[in-house]
Amino acid sequence: MYSLPLNKLDTLFETVGAEKPLYIPADNSSGKADFTRWKKGVKLSKTLKTVRSAKDFFFPKTENLVNYKVDGKKIEIEDPRKELEDFVVFGVRACDAASFTIVDNVYINQTPCDTYYKNRREHSTVITLACTEPVQTCFCKLYGIDAADPKGDVSAWISDDTVYFNANTDKGKNFIAGINALLTKSDDSGVVKQQQETRSRISELPFVNLDISKFTGDNMMKLFNSKVWEDLSHTCLGCGTCTYVCPTCMCFDVRDFDTGNGIKQFRCWDSCMYSDFTKMAAANPRLTQKERFRQRFMHKLVYYPMEHDGVKSCVGCGRCLESCPIHMNIVKVIKTLNETPLEEK
Amino acid sequence: MQTSEISSRVLARAEELLSCGKVQMVIGWRKGLFDYDITPSLFTTSDDLKKNFVYNEWCGANLSKYLVKETRAIETAKDTVRTNNKMAKMKNPDATDAPEPSAKVLVFLKPCDTYSFTELLKEHRIFRDDVFAVGIPCDGMKDPEKKEISERCTVCKSKKHITYDELIGEDGDVQDSKRFDMVEKIESMSPDKRFAFWQNEFSRCIRCNACRDVCPACTCERCIFDNPKSGASQKVAADDFEESMYHIIRAWHVAGRCTDCGECSRVCPQNIPLHLLNRKFIKDINELYGPYMAGSDMETKPPMLNYQKDDAEPSIIKEAK
Repeated sequence: MYSLPLNKLDTLFETVGAEKPLYIPADNSSGKADFTRWKKGVKLSKTLKTVRSAKDFFFPKTENLVNYKVDGKKIEIEDPRKELEDFVVFGVRACDAASFTIVDNVYINQTPCDTYYKNRREHSTVITLACTEPVQTCFCKLYGIDAADPKGDVSAWISDDTVYFNANTDKGKNFIAGINALLTKSDDSGVVKQQQETRSRISELPFVNLDISKFTGDNMMKLFNSKVWEDLSHTCLGCGTCTYVCPTCMCFDVRDFDTGNGIKQFRCWDSCMYSDFTKMAAANPRLTQKERFRQRFMHKLVYYPMEHDGVKSCVGCGRCLESCPIHMNIVKVIKTLNETPLEEK
Repeated sequence: MQTSEISSRVLARAEELLSCGKVQMVIGWRKGLFDYDITPSLFTTSDDLKKNFVYNEWCGANLSKYLVKETRAIETAKDTVRTNNKMAKMKNPDATDAPEPSAKVLVFLKPCDTYSFTELLKEHRIFRDDVFAVGIPCDGMKDPEKKEISERCTVCKSKKHITYDELIGEDGDVQDSKRFDMVEKIESMSPDKRFAFWQNEFSRCIRCNACRDVCPACTCERCIFDNPKSGASQKVAADDFEESMYHIIRAWHVAGRCTDCGECSRVCPQNIPLHLLNRKFIKDINELYGPYMAGSDMETKPPMLNYQKDDAEPSIIKEAK
């Protein structure tokens, strides 16, 4: 383990940022925080959570796939790929770091592999930051995530006036080697004390011990046919807020943009909450908001785990609890389904 | 009236109207996991109302738009019975008609919600006969994030209820609001600064469409942005320029119809002050076509849909100055 005085953190950002793009959570003009490209003057936010999750680095909101330039009968194909640049992200929380594995399972560990996503993952160095003051909406512990011991290439802890670093991967070791001049070797006593305090705070949070034993493949059809979906989804606006702030939502659409003298083919985020999601032959097979709403939660709690050794596709970051316009969220869904006996069908 | 007193009167009235059969369902607010995370919800039983209904300073959500869906469902059920009766008569002229289902939905509306309700009625989006509207008082709603009175409530435009069947508490008056102050501030910026201001705001947009989906003025059957046949369909747009266009096009579509309820800014996960775009349009309309408040009555014609020979031509006015 290595340490750095907290007041030297800006020097560290300067050293790293001089070499490659560095992103850190920074406050924006709206009073919230988002990952921001570091430049002189950008300060690390004290906010626990960024509005947008760190998935954006690997799965951006929109991404140009290919450009076609048309000139009479001549068509030129242009490769606009930009994802082959090394970059560093500092300050990723344990929940977001855990979400990368969930998305990797789909985009990297399956064929065909999503090369755009994979390249970005490979070219990134992720430095996580341990949480110290979890809020009421946090429930990462429910999924076995330890916010006091985040993963990533390098883990970091800010305790009193010191920042501690520990490399977890080869990429992480290279990163530490690159900033070695700034660091001093250190024992982990400061970190251990902080971890104990954080863990005891987390165990007091309201949703960390929710019962999710009901959400199994065996119960799939019973859960699917539960009568509660109608009530839960009745006032759902069908917007994409929950999807887009969610670190594990990874659906996209591919579209053509007519530039006037060619086509820009791009992919962009998509949401199963939308009426124009997965248009087949004529329409979205999920005709009403009830079906779309059910799909999102069944996917997170049942379908995804069925295909990935029981791992739920939720990391308990609590962003949906904070952002949903009608305050409907996965915790309310779990609680309601737990309170309602499953019917045979 | 104290908040707790209003709350118990609202709940008592909901239970009363439901149990006497005057209404069959109630659109209200449902308790959440904490005090601030209230969900707009449909109630059909007294039990459910007693356990979960709530009206307090966290009930900012405007319920009027839900009436489009609810009253349509009621009308569809009636139509189905009528059609079935007709078909039965064709088979057997002596067939007795099945009774048409009568259903009414009770909705609680804060003063500003009644503007949206009235505007929706004016645009024939709600079947008035299927609604029992109860106006309820409001002292301003809190922002769940900041835990203090929302910006939109600090510049409240009116405590007056426009359309209702019944009122709980006293009716208020139209307020002398300072809601255009921020618009004036932005107007006074240089074009470059103003452009930078909006670019910064829009740069945070994640295009979740929550602003559109919550907007009581956005009730198109199929939004052009969702319709692949419209030629303007987009999810997330190809580039930032296109993305800003989404917000500007939306502001144009609701111009003269927006009641300034502020739901767009309330739901924005990125705190983009979208209501300022709409307020700018309201201010311009007031200045160019005379004072107009969408949803303030059932009679006046909206300035954008009402051509008059002496209508102002914005560009000409600007030049004359």
